[in-house]
Amino acid sequence: MQKIYTKIQSIVGNVVSVRASGVRNGDLALVGNSYANVIKLDNDLVYLQVFAGTQGVSTTDPVKFLGKPMMVSYSDHLLGRIFTGSGVPKDNGPALTENMIPIGGPSVNPARRVVPQKMIRTGIPMIDMFNSLVESQKLPIFSVSGEPYNELLARIAMQAEVDIIVLGGMGLKYDDFLFFKDTLEKSGAIGHTVMFIHTASDPTVECTLVPDLSLAVAERFALDGKRVLVLLTDMTNFADAQKETAITMEQVPSNRGYPGDLYSCLASRYEKAVDFDGLGSVTILSVTTMPGDDVTHPVPDNTGYITEGQYYLKGGRIEPFGSLSRLKQNVNGRTRSDHRALMDCMIKLYSAYRESLEKKSMGFLMTEWDEKLLRYGKLFEEKLMDLSVNISLEEALDLGWEILADCFEPNETGLKSNLLRERWPKNLNID
Amino acid sequence: MDHITGSVTGVNGNLVSVRLDGSIRKNEVGYVLLGDKRLKGEIIRVGDGVADMQIYEPTNGIMVGDRVEFTGELMSVSLGPGLLTQIYDGLQNPLPELAEKCGFFLERGEYLDPIPNKVWAFTPKVRPGDTVRPGDTIGTVPEGMFTHRIMVPFGLSDTDWTVESVVSAGTYNVRDEIAVIRDGKGNREPLTMVFTWPIKKPITCYKQRLRPDETLITKIRCIDTFLPVAKGGTFCVPGPFGAGKTVLQHMEAKNADVDIVIIAACGERAGEVVEILKEFPELTDPRTGKSLMERTIIICNTSSMPVAAREASVYTSITLAEYYRQMGLSVLMLADSTSRWAQAMREMSGRLEEIPGDEAFPAYLESVIASFYERAGKVMLRSGEVASVTIGGTVSPAGGNFEEPVTQATLKMVGAFHGLSRERSDARKYPAIHPTESWSKYRGVVEQDKVDYARGLLIRSAEINQMMKVVGEEGVSAEDYITYQKGELLDAAYLQQDSFDPIDAACGPERQKRVFAVMYDILTSSFSAEDKKEIRGFFNQLRQLILDWHTIEFETEHFNRQEERIRDFYKSKTSQAV
Repeated sequence: MQKIYTKIQSIVGNVVSVRASGVRNGDLALVGNSYANVIKLDNDLVYLQVFAGTQGVSTTDPVKFLGKPMMVSYSDHLLGRIFTGSGVPKDNGPALTENMIPIGGPSVNPARRVVPQKMIRTGIPMIDMFNSLVESQKLPIFSVSGEPYNELLARIAMQAEVDIIVLGGMGLKYDDFLFFKDTLEKSGAIGHTVMFIHTASDPTVECTLVPDLSLAVAERFALDGKRVLVLLTDMTNFADAQKETAITMEQVPSNRGYPGDLYSCLASRYEKAVDFDGLGSVTILSVTTMPGDDVTHPVPDNTGYITEGQYYLKGGRIEPFGSLSRLKQNVNGRTRSDHRALMDCMIKLYSAYRESLEKKSMGFLMTEWDEKLLRYGKLFEEKLMDLSVNISLEEALDLGWEILADCFEPNETGLKSNLLRERWPKNLNID
Repeated sequence: MDHITGSVTGVNGNLVSVRLDGSIRKNEVGYVLLGDKRLKGEIIRVGDGVADMQIYEPTNGIMVGDRVEFTGELMSVSLGPGLLTQIYDGLQNPLPELAEKCGFFLERGEYLDPIPNKVWAFTPKVRPGDTVRPGDTIGTVPEGMFTHRIMVPFGLSDTDWTVESVVSAGTYNVRDEIAVIRDGKGNREPLTMVFTWPIKKPITCYKQRLRPDETLITKIRCIDTFLPVAKGGTFCVPGPFGAGKTVLQHMEAKNADVDIVIIAACGERAGEVVEILKEFPELTDPRTGKSLMERTIIICNTSSMPVAAREASVYTSITLAEYYRQMGLSVLMLADSTSRWAQAMREMSGRLEEIPGDEAFPAYLESVIASFYERAGKVMLRSGEVASVTIGGTVSPAGGNFEEPVTQATLKMVGAFHGLSRERSDARKYPAIHPTESWSKYRGVVEQDKVDYARGLLIRSAEINQMMKVVGEEGVSAEDYITYQKGELLDAAYLQQDSFDPIDAACGPERQKRVFAVMYDILTSSFSAEDKKEIRGFFNQLRQLILDWHTIEFETEHFNRQEERIRDFYKSKTSQAV
């Protein structure tokens, strides 16, 4: 028998308290028509965080405890569907109630993890060729407002070689939500996509639930042998929502108002990225916008300590410097024999190009070598760095050789002779 | 035996308040009974008949009125043979066994026996009637390549105990009774090979503490020559993310000249632990020819595992280190990262609503860090043997800014500071330890005055480099330019090391002395050249020669030939020795 409580003691921020007994920490409840979860117990006082916010909640609204924690339905029916941060359909489809699974489950035993070895191809040369994405990797895209990070995510969602995509949107502009929806529908990728969307106008609490919902579902798909790519945008909004909740709960802030457990909060989500030995895997690609392009801001800073590298999206391109995939060594030795050497060579030359560019801007005289570098840099940016380029890794490597041959003599590249003999696209006149 | 029990009155995150029906001790361990699960916790505050416990597991599902059982014991670890090669979580739960039982996930409320249920070949070292004290050896068992001493439990009262009986040599289960001892008051104590010890209490069953004056060889040139670590000393490695803290610690764990290495992966990525787990069993320890794993214990409480256990993991590790020190061994304990440990304290302090200090860290942060690092030390045991525990901790300062409280509190306590710099790691310089900003109070493998000279030159070289950024290469004298090039040479061809090259990755102390002698000779020689292009060419060539030298095996004909070649090469340009 469920008892209904009708005397709310206090309403502060998104939190209400009510006197009740027999309530478990973390349980779900209904306050009026909105879901809420138990976040604190103090004798017979129960504190509830109301997902839809407390605006308009009356002190006599009924509170009903459901006797179970927050859950989400898991089945193949999820594919192609869109839900809110409370797990309610956002697409006029039917609500799913079968096979409910808990969210925010236990973490994976480190002793059961394996060394990541499988590359995920995205068709984006700056990722595949220079900073390969690896299954079970967690990688954020560091960016600033105004950069096309959502376009990049959508392109990766369409092109990546994975079985399932779970898109978690936090604090999205409604336009961006529609953009994701339209793009995925047009490309047909929606058929293997699940979306949990919190838009900027939705209640804050739902924002903090989006990663947990997305990852709980992703984990189950992975246990069923699927390779899952989880896209989370934008984790800075998630952190800000955590901050808002912490402040209203009168927690002592640590750094720029963020709660002291920000690191643990982010880590427990990102660490859900895993390769289940013999089954599927969860890979996380997120967006972290850096307020004021400041990488020492608490959110990107804590994220950097958790994730396995980062992509810097700047000026509409993935920067080769500063971007790093810590796991690329695990995979790029087994793609094609020239992958590593060519990658290093092209980055070194691009770095030299940047120096020449700087010299040019300061009015120094350009040498013949500088001119070559400038030509190379331009080609590199146009043909490989541009985000609209969609080619396979092999094509990208071939293209790299062509650009090199177009701009330089073989001995200027610093590549080993046997490699040059094997791959140089033009006639060679070296010994 | 009746247990004190209580009932839950409140839950706030991982803090649970419990009303008591008897007397308890602060820091006593208790279990919240949740259905058939028992969630472990520790009492951290008592007030007005209500105890606040930090629970080492997620607290979902706990209800007001749930029963709590107290054990009467402080948070402890089990000590005995079989600890080596194990992988534990912060509460000494063996993770591989847990995986066998529970599968992929860490189910809460599962606690397994940390000491493997095995038989050991026991050899007694005492006879009935002998007098022993806590920490004295009763007998030994062979544990891998070490002789594991079975000792009188450290927690017994520190008086003379008489051995009443002891078993004869043979194989016994780790839990079998192997001896009985009796004190003057007639207290009788049966002993097995296992006993427990509270993790927050240092083990002090030794005669005296000694000054750490022996260099701990890490085979990393930059450390052993310039920023040495001592056996029984402490050092810290602060650095921004991506500067290579973990990689550096792994290299230290592989190459350090110690008997036992204990790695505490505290609140960092699980993937990094996996690398050790997969890599170490494959690597051989150059000192013994056995697998590296045989001298290693891993305590792993990664970032997504419960926060309260993260705080315990550091203490669990240091207690195991102290235990092996009691056997006359030198132990290196590496903690990655102490910032996550400090953050765990901050989270708890916040829940307790304590008045926050700097950046909301608790006011006792400094004293806690200080007493942790003070558990390192070189000691003389009662047997006269010398043993040591060395602590190396990484620090992950927010924003890479060393002014933050954890870094500052740590710097006050440690004997060596290896600060990693973003500029050096971005320039792919390994190790990214900043050579002039870091410091060490210990003695290294080469003479101190020579190191000071080299360091001075490095600073001067950096100054000239700054100057050249303003006035250009043309603006400095040839002499200054040579000084600049010498500094660059020292950096590129001595401080940096190629960790992928099998030979250069580990540079022994004798080799360091040989190479540094040549390097010192170059630094103190003056070269007669005016043309900057020529100077640059000369130093580039010299650098190439030395880099090649690093990849040649030590004490071979080839090695000596290359040394001759280098000496001949730079002598040809020397004007006169200074």
